[in-house]
Amino acid sequence: MDTEILARIQFAFTVAFHYIYPPLSIGIGLIMVIFEGLYLKTGQKQYEILTRFWLKIFAITFGIGVATGIIMEFEFGTNWSVYSKYVGDIFGSALAAEGLFAFGLESTFLGILIFGWNRVSPKVHFISTIGVFLGSMFSAVWIVLANSWQQTPAGYHIVGEGLTARAEVTDFWEMVFNPSSVDRIIHVWQGAFLAGAFMVLSVHAYYLLKGRYVEISKKAFKISLLVATIISLTQLVSGHSSADGVAVNQPAKLAAMEGHYDESSAADLYLFGWVDDESQKVTGLGIPGGLSFLVHQDFEEPIQGLNAFPKDEIPTQVNAVFQFYHIMISIGMFLIGLTLYASYLWWRGKLFDKKWLLKIFAFSVLLPQIANQVGWFAAEMGRQPWVVYGHLKTSEAFSQEVSANQILFSLILFFVVYTILFLLFMYSLNKKIKHGPYNEAENPDEFLKYT
Amino acid sequence: METFLGIDYPTLWYLVVGLLFSGYAILEGFDYGAGAWHLFLRKDLSRRIAINAIGPLWDANQVWLIIGGGALFAGFPVMYATMLSAMYIPFMLFLMLLVLRSAAIKFRSAEEMKWWRKTWDITYFVSNTLIGFLLGVVLGNVLQGFELHENFQYKGGIFLTFLNPYALMTGFTTLSIFMTQGAIFLMLKTEGRLHDRLSFLLKKGMIFFIISFAITTLYTLTFLPGVTDKFKEQPVFFVLPVLAFLAVANVPRLVSKKKYSHALIFSSLIMAFLLMLVAFQLYPVLLPSTISSEYSVTIYNAASSQKSLGIMLTIVLIGAPLLAGYFLFLYKTFHGKVKLDDTSY
Repeated sequence: MDTEILARIQFAFTVAFHYIYPPLSIGIGLIMVIFEGLYLKTGQKQYEILTRFWLKIFAITFGIGVATGIIMEFEFGTNWSVYSKYVGDIFGSALAAEGLFAFGLESTFLGILIFGWNRVSPKVHFISTIGVFLGSMFSAVWIVLANSWQQTPAGYHIVGEGLTARAEVTDFWEMVFNPSSVDRIIHVWQGAFLAGAFMVLSVHAYYLLKGRYVEISKKAFKISLLVATIISLTQLVSGHSSADGVAVNQPAKLAAMEGHYDESSAADLYLFGWVDDESQKVTGLGIPGGLSFLVHQDFEEPIQGLNAFPKDEIPTQVNAVFQFYHIMISIGMFLIGLTLYASYLWWRGKLFDKKWLLKIFAFSVLLPQIANQVGWFAAEMGRQPWVVYGHLKTSEAFSQEVSANQILFSLILFFVVYTILFLLFMYSLNKKIKHGPYNEAENPDEFLKYT
Repeated sequence: METFLGIDYPTLWYLVVGLLFSGYAILEGFDYGAGAWHLFLRKDLSRRIAINAIGPLWDANQVWLIIGGGALFAGFPVMYATMLSAMYIPFMLFLMLLVLRSAAIKFRSAEEMKWWRKTWDITYFVSNTLIGFLLGVVLGNVLQGFELHENFQYKGGIFLTFLNPYALMTGFTTLSIFMTQGAIFLMLKTEGRLHDRLSFLLKKGMIFFIISFAITTLYTLTFLPGVTDKFKEQPVFFVLPVLAFLAVANVPRLVSKKKYSHALIFSSLIMAFLLMLVAFQLYPVLLPSTISSEYSVTIYNAASSQKSLGIMLTIVLIGAPLLAGYFLFLYKTFHGKVKLDDTSY
């Protein structure tokens, strides 16, 4: 295999692995802020127990997120040196801001959050929790902003040619608020909230099924269900707004997402399907003219298809982009249905009556995770062959001085180390869940009801 | 070129990056250094206390690496890209060791089994030792220069090139100053027999440091070309090596007087003065080319645009006081000896 492919595989592998953790920490962070806030407000012990329990899971998630995140920061330089020189001027300020404002905040307060229970007052501890949560939200802002600039560059000009060409900032705020950044930041935040909320839902659904920690699990389940319902619904809004932006700014990507080839005709919206790149046909179930309607509110309005663009400026993996995009949407829709139905039962006072529903919730932890992953796959593969849309191709951006063998070496190393890391994560997650939020022998469930 | 207080932006950013790397060396220096003593501590409880001494702090200290790396990428993208892609294998090993080290801190005390703790103790010790050593190796290689051709194209070796005698010496020196720093830090955090044991280890550490430091200094003066030239141009800066030597001499003195917190300040100063010396020696070069000085990476040909540097300097002016505040609060909260409780590692 050549250097470019190996560099891409390595980046995809390390970033996808990394992305298991930060959304989970952001989401659990939000739920933790709610639990601890309720504890301070009501003084009820059960909220303190919930906060402490989820803090343990948060700590392990956050830790792996940081460890794998540092690798990302340096991997731009090791494997994508041409790209780094090209975008350094633009990303520079975003990265510097992330380090100082976001990472500085979360990592310093993390120590107090985890080890400071006995050293600071409950109020200061709560402020630390908020600090860590906000820090993780800001982190997402700067990183997604940098990525959005790659998708829809703005506020820059290109200086130099060939190997020394690079983008330079001309307008900081235009760069920050580039056409896709706001939609995508909100979309990513919501994806993270869902990852966290469904994690909490899953664990407490499991406890309810087992008949353990019933009282506090009901509380935790309801709070997370509320978050999950609101977010899955609003996710639809930011998702739609994002897609509208793609239609304007990255038409080739939009065409790939729906497998639309015709240069200019009304485009269909598929529920599912299979794209055959040879015959340029999609086999599947779709709404004729649906995409045209979504973008232009008119079923007949033509949309530029892949054939309208030069052959070397469209994604090569159209079917993959199509599938990843549709898996994300299907999961999003399923989560809306699931949370709305559960909320309806809650309203009728029957939330915990249906075992099968709790079972679905217990397994649903995987769904936002998958949606987050495939959503990024669609976004990144849909941007190909560009690494900076319209300016720098991926095939020109990797480090020329690094040989294929060197990358193979590091890739194997990553694979081994990350496998160990993942097993450790699952193992300690499992252990913490099995161990539970408190000692059942010492604290009978009934007792908690009244404290 | 735009200036602030009469200093041009690339130079200012050079100082910012230098400050961040010094902060990283000083703070993670005691973290890595403490870890490099790990297997020298015999009892399981001692090892657990040692890990918990850095427990609430190491994540925050690591921020200096992240901001430093970000600052290098941001301000000198050419330097960031050239150095990391040229030293691909050493940096990949460094990153992998960082991951293993984090895992060791988090998982070491999670289980009681002997084999489990032994595996993590060894992982923790080896990763900390090698990280300190590798950082020194990077420094030694940067000082000697890389085989850079036109357009900063690196055409040198991939791994063994970097393990040259000079880089090995800077590697040992860095490791030894980290170990000195780490032992002093652990002494501040411990009591009783562990404290006594560390006092014994600290003496060994200081000897290790002084020997490596002396050899590296001699080697630098003898083999690194033009090392004294700069002082002839700007003799004022001769104060840096003098201060460094005074700091080196002062650490054993303070340790023998049992003034450990002062000793920690002075061992930090050793690192600060030595890094300032490195910065002075290199300036305005960031990475010398061994082929021709016109191919060297300098702060001017590697820098981001004036506009971008201006924005980043503003961000630093706003962010640095905030960060300083967070750190003061964190260190104040965890001041004093380690006390294990149910939240400890």
